[in-house]
Amino acid sequence: MADAVVDYCRIASLWVRASMAYPASFWMMAVGSFLMTGLDFVAIWVLLRNVDDLGGFSLTEIGFLYGATGLGIAFADLCVGRVERLGQMIRTGRLDTMMTKPVPLLVQVCADEFAPRRFARVLQSSLVFVWAATYVDWTLPRALVAVEMVVSGSVIFFSLFVGLACVQFWTADSTEVANAFTYGGNQVTQFPMSVFPQEIVKALTFVLPIAFVNWYPALFILGRDDPFGLPEWLQLASPVAAALFLGAAALAWRVGVRHYRSTGS
Amino acid sequence: MPLHVAVATRAFKRYSTYVGATLAGIFTNCVFGVILCFVYLEVWGANPDAGGYDASDAVTYVWLGQAMIMTVAVWGGGSPDDLAERIRSGDVVIDLYRPVGILGWYLSADLGRAAYHLLTRGLAPTVVGGLLFDLRYPADPLTWLVLLAAVPVAVTVSFGLRMLASLTAFWLLDDVGPRMLLGFAALFFSGLTVPLVILPGGLRELAMALPWATFLQVPADIWLGKRTGLEVVEGLAFMGGWAVVLLAACAWVLHRAERRVVVQGG
Amino acid sequence: MSLIEVSELRRTFTVRRRVDGARRKQRTEVEAVRDLTFAIDAGEMVGYIGPNGAGKSTTVKMLTGILVPTSGRISVAGVDPSRHRTALARRIGVVFGQRTSLWWDLPLHDSFDLLHKIYRTDPARHRTNLAEFVELLDLGDLLDTPVRQLSLGQRMRGDIVAALLHDPEILYLDEPTIGLDVVSKGRLREFLRALNRDRGTTLMLTTHDLQDIEALCDRVIVIDHGTQVYDGTLAGLHEQGGSRRTVVVDLVDEAPPIEVAGAVTRRVEGPRQWLSFPADASAAPIVAALATSYDVADLSIQEPDIEEVIRQLYSRPPSEPSGRPSG
Ligand SMILES: Nc1ncnc2c1ncn2[C@@H]1O[C@H](COP(=O)(O)OP(=O)(O)OP(=O)(O)O)[C@@H](O)[C@H]1O
Ligand SMILES: [Mg+2]
Repeated sequence: MADAVVDYCRIASLWVRASMAYPASFWMMAVGSFLMTGLDFVAIWVLLRNVDDLGGFSLTEIGFLYGATGLGIAFADLCVGRVERLGQMIRTGRLDTMMTKPVPLLVQVCADEFAPRRFARVLQSSLVFVWAATYVDWTLPRALVAVEMVVSGSVIFFSLFVGLACVQFWTADSTEVANAFTYGGNQVTQFPMSVFPQEIVKALTFVLPIAFVNWYPALFILGRDDPFGLPEWLQLASPVAAALFLGAAALAWRVGVRHYRSTGS
Repeated sequence: MPLHVAVATRAFKRYSTYVGATLAGIFTNCVFGVILCFVYLEVWGANPDAGGYDASDAVTYVWLGQAMIMTVAVWGGGSPDDLAERIRSGDVVIDLYRPVGILGWYLSADLGRAAYHLLTRGLAPTVVGGLLFDLRYPADPLTWLVLLAAVPVAVTVSFGLRMLASLTAFWLLDDVGPRMLLGFAALFFSGLTVPLVILPGGLRELAMALPWATFLQVPADIWLGKRTGLEVVEGLAFMGGWAVVLLAACAWVLHRAERRVVVQGG
Repeated sequence: MSLIEVSELRRTFTVRRRVDGARRKQRTEVEAVRDLTFAIDAGEMVGYIGPNGAGKSTTVKMLTGILVPTSGRISVAGVDPSRHRTALARRIGVVFGQRTSLWWDLPLHDSFDLLHKIYRTDPARHRTNLAEFVELLDLGDLLDTPVRQLSLGQRMRGDIVAALLHDPEILYLDEPTIGLDVVSKGRLREFLRALNRDRGTTLMLTTHDLQDIEALCDRVIVIDHGTQVYDGTLAGLHEQGGSRRTVVVDLVDEAPPIEVAGAVTRRVEGPRQWLSFPADASAAPIVAALATSYDVADLSIQEPDIEEVIRQLYSRPPSEPSGRPSG
């Protein structure tokens, strides 16, 4: 495990170094990505300008939700976002050559062509998160839950990226379904669940537990009652959801790799 | 001209072989559409005439947006991505020595792709949206005709922008970067995340003047009947203007790139 | 126990294809490899040949753990490759001639450096290996060049170095000479021979260039349509194909067709005559007989055309495997 992390960093840093060989391009990307990802939050701010609150939540509270899910997907995208390209790696035969190296395949796939511009999203989400966090009444339990929230959120998105990418071991045309769950999951959790009908919220809690990325822990941290009156222990259950996601993703990856059929040439 | 039609037809057919991808994409569009609808309903429930839209306009706008995402390739993709790939691999030299212009060739291909995406990923989510929510449809047949004419123009504008991003591959190591930045800009300034009409004053003026406004806001306003009579003509002229400007810019950049390739030998 | 053991190995692919005329695609099973059994000992150099689509690459992919066999058993260095792929990777080297395992956008040097780190080879060992291979394969001037700017032959040499830096016990080469010119091929063969001789590296090589095999391999395995049709020595392959060698005799004067025991005269052209005899028979008695009964000006012996032999093997129906059973 530690070896895998070290290998990941080595491969990634090589790519960072390679991209630093073109500093102008690098900085343009870094700044550009940062500004562009920021537009995402501007959109929410624009919506909130027209109303006092959204589903009973204020701009700072929504900023907190936004920052939390943003951090989750940003970390996951930073580490494993590249797995989306699995299909292409299969087609070009790159995966074959990776499989002959003594580094776990997933590490190689995710670290391949590591692009430092993905840090921009982490930074952007962090800024919104920190800004929104200044409006929270912090206590020790809340701080702990906040840490747990960001870790669980990252793990959930990590698992979504990896698990859904596995479908590409069977069919190459599936990347878009993955988007529905990863970026769709991110989008749906940018807003308070109270905006959505109860059935959708229940589905996002019990069927595909994406609401645990931020909604339940945030209710705890913000000291809010659950608008749907669901049990309070859910607010502390994010690590369980994350573990379930991770288990499913690991299983999918194992099955996928054993099913892998390479290409004909 | 027949050549360009053939190129477009081929692109259409090429995309139509990916049935699985199309279905997956329709599903994705529906998911995003539903999420946005609930958010907009909440906003317009609290402020019933934000930006001059009512709730029904807003929900219709969402599904028009989902229909246009792939048609104008907001996130990038289409033939300019193929070109970027060919620039990186060096195959572009073959394109440069073809007796037909690169721009016309790739534009035709992209229009073929757009036609396919409009018929599948444009139509299907709108139908789904229409079943789930109360949408508004243009009554006047003339409006439909105008819209039909507006879509290829919007695609051309988008093509021009994507092409410019792809052409950076001649100079930059990381051509994925500019394309991605363009995607983010397009997502916001096309009005896909929030309708441009509810942006605050100055930002709104700016966004309405940028080429991305042609992707969704202008056609949607025609659809929703927010633009009538002369304003429709104005809208179309705005779209056509951007299309011409961007194609000219592409031609100029391409010309410079060509000289560079000839000098460097690929 | 042998270093590589394969028994009753089978791999099928389910493909969807349009059976002619039908509108819908149908699922069909392609048997890429069927009932393959062989063993390779440490230090051997084995040529693995067969026509296009015979199943060579599929076999190599199973031996390296990339593909999981449909059935059958593989043991490489004592382990099942698909189950212990990453562990085994340290002990083997693989070169796929059609693709590169180098990092496309990075200079060769960076690729080698990264390989050093991920294989965790001893730094001193890495340095000496790198120096030696770079010297032998003449890559010194190219180390700072990004891989995508290398020519095919240069890249192939880079790939071979990359596959060898960690001192693998086994080197699999899938069409390593594809697209190389004659000089590069020759150098590469020389290099591989030295590798096997000096380091005892076991080599398994697939190729369509039979000169590779003649230059390198004592043993050949021939496969066709996924089935093994021959496993044995190169000489044995000649027998198998019923191949014959030829004596070309230049007589001092024109003469009627020569008659000697053990050989048949095939062709006469002025003073030159062609006599053929079984490839496994000795040429000595024939030459001796010729020398005593005729005025010979010059004489040479032509080896049989191995391509001819292989062609004969391929054209046999796949259901009757031949060659010595291995194991
Ligand atoms: N991933 C795959 N999916 C479907 N069929 C495959 C796949 N890989 C190989 N095959 C089929 O299996 C058979 C054997 O292919 P393989 O690549 O092993 O042949 P080969 O001996 O390496 O041929 P060549 O000399 O052309 O490289 C072929 O019929 C091929 O079409
Ligand atoms: Mg092959």
